[in-house]
Amino acid sequence: MFACIHVPNLARSLSLADFAYGFSPLVEEVRSNTVVIDVDGCELLFGSAYQLATDIARRAKAPKVSGGLEGPVNVAIAENPDAAIHAATRLKGITFVSPGEELTCLGEFPIEALESSLVDVEQKVAGEITETLRLWGVRTFQDLASLPVAGVSERLGQEGIRLQQLAAGKTERHLKVKQPAPVFSNSIELDHALNELEPLSFVFARLLNQLCATLDAYALSTNELKVQMQLEDLTSHDRTLSLPYPMRDPKVFLKLLLLEMEKHPPAAAVKAVSMTCDPVKPRTLQHGLFVPLAPSPDKLELTLARLAKLVGDQNIGSPVLLDTHRPDAFSVKRFVLENRSDGRKRKRKKTDDERAATAARKPPSLGFRVFRPPLRAVVQVDRGLPAQISAWDKQRSVYGKVVEVAGPWRTTGDWWRDDRWARDEWDVALQLGKAGSEQQAIYRIYRELNNGAWFVEGNYD
Amino acid sequence: MILKHRLNEFDIASRFGDAFKVREKPVVETISAGIPEIDSLTGGLPRGAITELFGPASSGRTSVMLSMLAHATTHEEVCAVVDVNDMFAPAAAVDAGVDVDRLLWVRCGGSLENAFKATDLLLHAGGFGLVILDMADVPGKDARRIISSWWYRFRRTVENRPTSIVVMSEEACTRSCAALALELKGTPEWSRANAQQSNVVPMRKQAPVKRPLVTQGNLLRFSSVKVNRQRPLSPWRNESEFRAYRAS
Repeated sequence: MFACIHVPNLARSLSLADFAYGFSPLVEEVRSNTVVIDVDGCELLFGSAYQLATDIARRAKAPKVSGGLEGPVNVAIAENPDAAIHAATRLKGITFVSPGEELTCLGEFPIEALESSLVDVEQKVAGEITETLRLWGVRTFQDLASLPVAGVSERLGQEGIRLQQLAAGKTERHLKVKQPAPVFSNSIELDHALNELEPLSFVFARLLNQLCATLDAYALSTNELKVQMQLEDLTSHDRTLSLPYPMRDPKVFLKLLLLEMEKHPPAAAVKAVSMTCDPVKPRTLQHGLFVPLAPSPDKLELTLARLAKLVGDQNIGSPVLLDTHRPDAFSVKRFVLENRSDGRKRKRKKTDDERAATAARKPPSLGFRVFRPPLRAVVQVDRGLPAQISAWDKQRSVYGKVVEVAGPWRTTGDWWRDDRWARDEWDVALQLGKAGSEQQAIYRIYRELNNGAWFVEGNYD
Repeated sequence: MILKHRLNEFDIASRFGDAFKVREKPVVETISAGIPEIDSLTGGLPRGAITELFGPASSGRTSVMLSMLAHATTHEEVCAVVDVNDMFAPAAAVDAGVDVDRLLWVRCGGSLENAFKATDLLLHAGGFGLVILDMADVPGKDARRIISSWWYRFRRTVENRPTSIVVMSEEACTRSCAALALELKGTPEWSRANAQQSNVVPMRKQAPVKRPLVTQGNLLRFSSVKVNRQRPLSPWRNESEFRAYRAS
């Protein structure tokens, strides 16, 4: 048996579905003011179907604070949900439609009252059929139900048959049960504040396991995990883990979170922890047979987090050249392995072949090693050309007689900014070691034009 | 005769177990260095092993490293450079054809300890085709002090993995752990004709200049490459080849 609850004037602040969950967990929300519930098996709780309907009507009249709807409702109980819906929307009060006697109750309803969406008939098609039926002189559910099935099928098709069954109250379908919206957040309040990471890790593990289990149940992953910690000094400590790839492995999340907490520890003991994640579709990836192996995303993220803890966030990533002529201008971006599409792969393959052919033709380019910061140098100049260089700092030293020299090349730029540069660059070959030694090395040196200071920028290797 | 031979084999196997069994060795996979001359000399850099690349300043170590990276990254390999003294030049890498999107650069700020820990983490992560430990500017006396257990650990970690680890240094320091040791030495040749071109100072030139002094492609002219050590492979690929040899 199914019970339909219809509230003609439902306040917007009230939820009819929440009210219906008080009677049955199987609730279909037809509209915001109409729901159908499956009441099979509720006899032990509420008694007979009529007693249940009476109970629903009584509770609905209760005020909002008591879980009611603050007004009268129409309740209809029938053997199939569609008959209950029609009865509740058209008849006031409590209606009980006995099995097999649907037409006795619904027969006088006009055919315009047919809820065509219940039998998956489009509104436009249903309107055309209703117009046809009116032309035939069919006015009520009773008229439509009494038409011969074969004739309706010939003239109106399957849509006509479905509408006829709907009018007769003989449809058979399951409820489209409303699922409660999944909650991807979890929180815990601690009896005693924790100020060490190890005991806190057990709390994190518990929350993460629950969160990932919820994600797993909905076949989802997340690429952003927000952790909010309430501290003993009444402040909060928020951390956000942003991942380049969606994941749902609680072990990986826990390790990443612990590494993050080691880098950014809270200022006081933690009293409460809450976690929220944004659910996204999991990453689907098909590897090619001949594509070289790459680090798995979760291991790569863990490794990057460990490396960041070891050498610092700013010292790890992929280099990116900046769009400027400033010497040694670059930035470091986060290392992310992109999943290249097939089209790009094909294009890439072509480019690789071209590069391979080019590489076969031309020899490799010359490497350069940069001194960061540049090495301040003392340079002896003979007739405008560097003759002797001496430069050192704590880590390295460069000194020797200049045996060959080329330059200068003047570069300037960003003259409108404070950090402008203007310098003359030279390439010099230095004789290393004692006089007569054949060991040589090539360095790039430059002279600042604004103050005349000499620096060694790096060496060719 | 054949029966007697088989019985002898059975007798030896029953007495000594598998001690005399020649295990099948997989063919060593290699990765190209990107320089045909080095590839023809060495057969390529072995995967799952340490390659040592050493030599003095300006001997071409960085050029070889950039060629390796360019070749590996253009073939979709994921590479990593552990830069001990923060001397890697991204502009030179891009000029050499390195796909920097597939390159992980770890700057260790002069700390050898951090560099070794970072290398260890990268090797344990797996999936990297080429990991380069750049300690080319670490003085030889410091490099020699590195305890052997690090090198054994690295060798053991990359064993049976498709990762090739290249150690760049001024002097040989990996001892017996490197499967291939390449020594680069030589004096750069100087193009006097080009050097004499640049007596006039160009005014306000902003574009990067082509340097006539060190023209691209003179690497192999001024560097000589010597294979110092290459671990010999088994001459027999499998047990049947070994048996055939012994029977003959």
